[in-house]
Amino acid sequence: MAQMTMIQAINDAMKTELKNDENVLVFGEDVGNNGGVFRATEGLQKEFGEDRVFDTPLAESGIGGLAIGLSLTGYRSVMEIQFFGFVYEVMDSISGQLARMRFRSGGRFNAPVTIRSPFGGGVATPEMHADSLEGLMAAQPGLTVVVPSTPYDAKGLLISAIRDENPVVYLEHMKLYRSFREEVPEEAYTIPLGKADVKREGTDLSIFTYGAMVHESLKAAEALEKEGHSVEVVDLRTVHPLDIETIIASVEKTNRAIVVQEAQKQAGIAANVVTEITERAILSLEAPVLRVTAPDTIYPYAQGENAWLPNANDIQETAKKVLTF
Amino acid sequence: MAAKNNKQFDPVETLQAIEEKFEMVQILNEDGEIVNKDLDPKMTDEELVELMTRMVYTRVLDQRSISLNRQGRLGFYAPTAGQEASQIASHFALEKEDFILPGYRDVPQMIWHGLPLSMAFLWSRGHFHGSNIPEGVNVFPPQIIIGAQYIQAVGIALGYQKRGTKAVAMTYTGDGGTSQGDFYEGINFAGAYNSPAIFVIQNNQYAISTPRNVQTAAKTLAQKGVSAGIPSILVDGMDPLAVYAATKDARERAINGGGPTLIETFCYRYGPHTMAGDDPTRYRTSETDSEWEKRDPLIRFRKYLEAKGIWTEAKEEEIIEKATEDIKQAIKDADAAPRQKVSDFINIMYKGDLPYNLKEQLEVYTEKESK
Repeated sequence: MAQMTMIQAINDAMKTELKNDENVLVFGEDVGNNGGVFRATEGLQKEFGEDRVFDTPLAESGIGGLAIGLSLTGYRSVMEIQFFGFVYEVMDSISGQLARMRFRSGGRFNAPVTIRSPFGGGVATPEMHADSLEGLMAAQPGLTVVVPSTPYDAKGLLISAIRDENPVVYLEHMKLYRSFREEVPEEAYTIPLGKADVKREGTDLSIFTYGAMVHESLKAAEALEKEGHSVEVVDLRTVHPLDIETIIASVEKTNRAIVVQEAQKQAGIAANVVTEITERAILSLEAPVLRVTAPDTIYPYAQGENAWLPNANDIQETAKKVLTF
Repeated sequence: MAAKNNKQFDPVETLQAIEEKFEMVQILNEDGEIVNKDLDPKMTDEELVELMTRMVYTRVLDQRSISLNRQGRLGFYAPTAGQEASQIASHFALEKEDFILPGYRDVPQMIWHGLPLSMAFLWSRGHFHGSNIPEGVNVFPPQIIIGAQYIQAVGIALGYQKRGTKAVAMTYTGDGGTSQGDFYEGINFAGAYNSPAIFVIQNNQYAISTPRNVQTAAKTLAQKGVSAGIPSILVDGMDPLAVYAATKDARERAINGGGPTLIETFCYRYGPHTMAGDDPTRYRTSETDSEWEKRDPLIRFRKYLEAKGIWTEAKEEEIIEKATEDIKQAIKDADAAPRQKVSDFINIMYKGDLPYNLKEQLEVYTEKESK
């Protein structure tokens, strides 16, 4: 087994699927010779040729249209949106067209398309690069929305996304790209979409989270452990559809929960998790379910982002409120 | 690109020189006479009769659809009369393996490409059976978001190119559609990849009510192809032979590696934008209407065919009768479609397993529907 960063695992997943299925195509802005602005597609064009891994003109909407048309001729597209903040340019192709491809053709056509994109804060990007827009995607029926937090998960989830018969939005947190390495099998393996992962077991409180906040939550859990609190950290991995079974089982065990997301508080994934818990397990709760999120402003200027992003301290504080309620 | 500093360039002159190149091509004039022998596509008598048959049939379908809509027996309907040459003659140049991405007014081309009439009616009524395109019929449900079909067409064209399939993707929009970003992205992508796509602009002079001259400063819509570096042509969209010849030529070029083509068909819709309350008298005069009616594609084609001795009134009556009968039967078939259930909608969301939320909702609705 090899030690890989998340970006290497993502690259490896695409390589695995390009090898495995000749209908898989990888395209986007600068993904060819350049290997992508983050090098996610490094070496793929060289290995698989310009016919299968190729650059597009600089137009996100066109990239989405390309993926739709290619599905109609039997291809399985892995399209890259260079930064997810640019997704508004391709919203019609994603929400208006891809998400409803099967529905609006009465069940006739489907769109096995993976929309890969870097997102998330903490790496001092220019404006409109770092937004957490997974909530926007999760609000669209017809899409599956995946956010990996580790290299191992990243590879298995991306392979599942590419093999899925329906459109999957696969969001890669920029801060996690090269933040750590772990063992990742070189062969193909899948992690089912819609399945959460208990990253740390505990009995007093459940933290539901995803993406970069998994790591902040693990730090908070460790600190709380020292104070005598046993905290469970559940990585949602897929933010729509949620893994209701795992979420409810954890709440029924710990009776207390908080939800952590890097995105702003209004609407969003955390609100949905809280609602699902109250609808399904309110009698198991000993305390209100609280949220740790960013404030409801526009994503901040780069030099101010660390003051704005939620962190392990914020999580600890909120966890204590719930633990001592 | 090397600069030529020894010459004074005049950008106004450059533009004018380009615009002057886009003269409208006509082959068959209003009196049914060939005015451009060199470009005559030389269709066989059989082909000419078949094309006329389809245009007459489509005119009947339009008339019947309007009355059915008024009787409440059809839903959404965008009238087609006046655009038969644009629609039917362009489609006539295609083969079964070609893929069509229609706009919402382009239902006739879908029908001539193999979509059963009853399905077109179900689509109009808002029944999902109308969108479930039969296997082997290469059409996509009519696009509603103006311009989106242009970028999707490139995807299909690129797919054909990669598979080595000798076929094209053909898509339609109107004059208003050429203002959309997706219009430009579509023609630009197709040019960049040299893909076998044919982009048709049916310039029927109005985008709902907005006249063509408010839409753009461009003198012709065809010249927009120049910016994408793709071959482009402006044809008389009321002339079946000009539309057919331009499309046939575009298809030949496309399947032989010559890349995409943009075709502007200069035409007119006699009816309202749709049957949902549009009143053309607010933006058009009856004088303009009658000017255009003189250029009618059916009138000139009928004259041409009659002069050749291959079309008669009796033949036309026969087509009208056949169309009327077909429509009657198709409405009967459409009436027989089962009532749509919420569980149907849930079941056509995903290929494969449903997510938990829909699984739960399916259970709730199936229970409700069983009562």
